[in-house]
Amino acid sequence: MNYSQYQLVSLTVLRVLIGWHFLYEGISKLISPYWSSAAYLLDSKWLLSGVATTIVSNPTLLSFSDYINMWGLTAVGALLMLGLFSRYATVAGLVLVLLYYFFAPPFTGLEYSKPAEGSYLIVNKNLIEACALWVLFMFPSSDIIGLDRFFKEQINKGDEHE
Amino acid sequence: MNNKENESNNTSSERRELLKSLATVPALAAFLIAFWQKWRRDALKKTNLLSNLVQEKVAPAVVSDVSNSKHLNLGIIGYGGRGHHLVRGAGFAHLGWTESAAENARKNKLDKAFATYMSQEDLNCSLVGVCDLFDVRAEEGIEASKNETRPGSKPVQTATRYHHYKELLANDDIDAVIIATPDHWHAQIVIDAAKAGKHVYCEKGLTRTFDEAINVYDAVKKTGITFQLGHQNRQVEANEKAKQIIDQGLLGPINLVELTTNRNSPWGAWVWDIHPEGNARTIDWDTFQEQAPNKIPFGEEALKRFFRWRCWFDYGTGLSGDLFSHDFDALNQIMEIGIPKYASSTGGIYFFKDGRDVPDVWNATLEYPDKDLTVLYSATLSSNNSRGNRIMGHDATMQMGGQSNAGSVSGFVVTADSESTQYKDRLESGIINPQYPIYTYTPGSKQIDGVTSATSRYFANKGLLYTYREGKRVDPTHLHIKDWLEAIRSNGQPKCNIEMAIHEAVSCHMATESYLQGRRIEWDPVNRKLI
Repeated sequence: MNYSQYQLVSLTVLRVLIGWHFLYEGISKLISPYWSSAAYLLDSKWLLSGVATTIVSNPTLLSFSDYINMWGLTAVGALLMLGLFSRYATVAGLVLVLLYYFFAPPFTGLEYSKPAEGSYLIVNKNLIEACALWVLFMFPSSDIIGLDRFFKEQINKGDEHE
Repeated sequence: MNNKENESNNTSSERRELLKSLATVPALAAFLIAFWQKWRRDALKKTNLLSNLVQEKVAPAVVSDVSNSKHLNLGIIGYGGRGHHLVRGAGFAHLGWTESAAENARKNKLDKAFATYMSQEDLNCSLVGVCDLFDVRAEEGIEASKNETRPGSKPVQTATRYHHYKELLANDDIDAVIIATPDHWHAQIVIDAAKAGKHVYCEKGLTRTFDEAINVYDAVKKTGITFQLGHQNRQVEANEKAKQIIDQGLLGPINLVELTTNRNSPWGAWVWDIHPEGNARTIDWDTFQEQAPNKIPFGEEALKRFFRWRCWFDYGTGLSGDLFSHDFDALNQIMEIGIPKYASSTGGIYFFKDGRDVPDVWNATLEYPDKDLTVLYSATLSSNNSRGNRIMGHDATMQMGGQSNAGSVSGFVVTADSESTQYKDRLESGIINPQYPIYTYTPGSKQIDGVTSATSRYFANKGLLYTYREGKRVDPTHLHIKDWLEAIRSNGQPKCNIEMAIHEAVSCHMATESYLQGRRIEWDPVNRKLI
């Protein structure tokens, strides 16, 4: 894709900031001995609440869910920041954030035991972050600014040598 | 020349390529620096708040091998609601319970009551005698002794029904008895059991009156039986942790403790169902009221009194023996306060005007001049505004249960006092913020409990339903029975022995007597009398 310099900077900054957010969310869960996805899942409402109960009541599924969250967020965050395998990282991040959204959507009539830190009606920060990841997916920048560029170069060079 | 230019162009283009590839790496470096700074700051906080302050001790181990121990034969006297739970703690649940608990677990995956029961340790004992004045309950007890759905091996023996406790005590095969009758029968049965050489687990409150408590104490001391009072909070991990923290002086001088009870339902106020099969043929009413000061003929009123006995002073002491006794004993466990010098109490029947004579709002004050301590107890049966218990020190406050229970059962938080002397430097340097806890104890924080009803949540918050050993959920009633059986086998002392029991009984009776007599009551430890 051909971007102007400003467009490129904008996309890169967005990618790095989302990566930063994911990375710290992941690491803070990794270093906390008490963190578990159970509290979030227990408060789940709407379509996925049954799935959430199933996960929480099964220790194996719950530790799997904890593991996916802790390491998934950390890996997606680091990859987005570095611009490495960004396409996959963006999709993985999008899936995670959409899951957070759909496990606890801010729809009218759904009451949560933990109040939100802001005021949300249908749209919340998870949905916006998911949307931002979608934009990153549609307008990739890591093969221009990021480690993906380096690997693309290596592959291209390899092609030239053949 | 051209070659050289090309080479240098190539090199600078390669360098540019590399720079573009690595352009966002400094952002990751910035992240790592920021993270490292935050992590160090948090670690410093933790060092200052936790390691230096709380010397963590390992929780007592739950597993011990009883398979080679002496097999004990148990009898139950009073197989009502509490009797069911106690016998279940020994490993014998009646069929109705195991079936409905299994069904509840199927319906609600978060309901762990059945799983918790089935993972109990097999205590190597048999239920061989059941005595209850209500036929239906007695039959359930016999059934429990046979139920093969139980932790461990199949039952060895089937229980025999006894219509009178004296017949049960006459059975030489019985080593020990669990007494879960209404309070007005406790004293006589404990004394007779002790004389018959049976070890005793007696449900709280110890007795209905002060004099009875002294007689029970003397009988237990004289016969040397192994006695356990039914305060299962003695097994609760949170109380052990709380004791460690207070023993280390982290709360500073403690001059005031506030204990509370909040309930707001007919069930919570002891208005329990009258069993449809309860009638003159199935209930031995005369034996029931034999020890009660006031007697009435069998009829509708008697049925109410049989199933809701906690509402009358003829059979118990209301809030005092039923609920205050738990909170008092937990505090005695944590702070070893013993019997107060003075007690006074007030209250009234303000909500449940249903013919009861025990108060439904009741407040008691215990004074310990030699310990510079006042203990307040405040209870209402018409508000669920759970306040929890607060131990207020000059340097920090410990809030247990109630609204600050850290979102989990039987947890507690310790918050520094803004005017603390001990933490002055740390408060000034900002390491300790009195807005946030300096210590939070959340048992089983990685485990999920489906505690459903408000009443069971009340007990769970008090740590009376579940406790944790190595992160695993255990019923403290089971641990308390186990503690008693182990003490019998080793000829040792259980955790709530007769010394602890007399503290509970005298303290509660002082408060009850103050309400009944409308004056302050003083304890005379030399003559063992209430003045």
